[in-house]
Amino acid sequence: MTENIKLHYDVDGSDFTMAGEASSDAKRVLKKIGIPSETVRRVAIAMYEGEINMVIHADGGTADIEIGEHTVTIKLVDQGPGIPNIELAMQEGWSTAPEEVRNLGFGAGMGLPNMKKYTDTFEITSEVGVGTKVIMTVNF
Amino acid sequence: MKVTEIVKLLNCEICTDCGDIEREVNSACGSDMMSDVLAFVKEQSVLLTGLVNAQVVRTAEMMDMRCIVFVRGKQPDEALIKMAEEADIIVLKTKERLYQACGILYHNGLRGGEACSAN
Repeated sequence: MTENIKLHYDVDGSDFTMAGEASSDAKRVLKKIGIPSETVRRVAIAMYEGEINMVIHADGGTADIEIGEHTVTIKLVDQGPGIPNIELAMQEGWSTAPEEVRNLGFGAGMGLPNMKKYTDTFEITSEVGVGTKVIMTVNF
Repeated sequence: MKVTEIVKLLNCEICTDCGDIEREVNSACGSDMMSDVLAFVKEQSVLLTGLVNAQVVRTAEMMDMRCIVFVRGKQPDEALIKMAEEADIIVLKTKERLYQACGILYHNGLRGGEACSAN
């Protein structure tokens, strides 16, 4: 039985310019190993939104991708401030992004809803003062 | 529409040294909010924007876009240009404003394509 391919990334929260590097690399790897292009796109977008969130709100975190026979699993973990009200955070347009982030074209409150939209399963858990974990899957 | 036609219609400067400027693009969108591009773009291959930062290139890369046009005479820096070249995304620059630039391309047949529906 072939072992699943696993990718691990440490996301640096200190530099907004570099945010997205992990997602960009993951996308390249998925393309190279022949994952269908629509699947690659969905994974890349969901992961990128999560990566940006970790940089904006949580001072970075980790991203782990596992590629199975028919499923790509994306796990994003941070030790940020946590989300007090997940239901509110999942609403389109709801954002706690600071002004300087909005000036960079983000913080419109579409990140989490987008991650859910592009994936087949989406689980988010969070504790204030501890951090946030998101696990998403995309089937192919 | 080919990228060369966009260059001509909007009187663009070509900022990147990559990609085939004869490449075809089928639809476009204009936005200064990358959050919206990620949420609402479906298959559009050209992004017109006045926002100039690295995340514009990342967004275009994630969305499989093939060309970025910076409007209002905005100048991308070397780091951004290099990032775009590595992602094989052609970067153009025009003095036209966003509304005008979008209108010119639309008038010449470059449509907006399908929108991605929200949940």
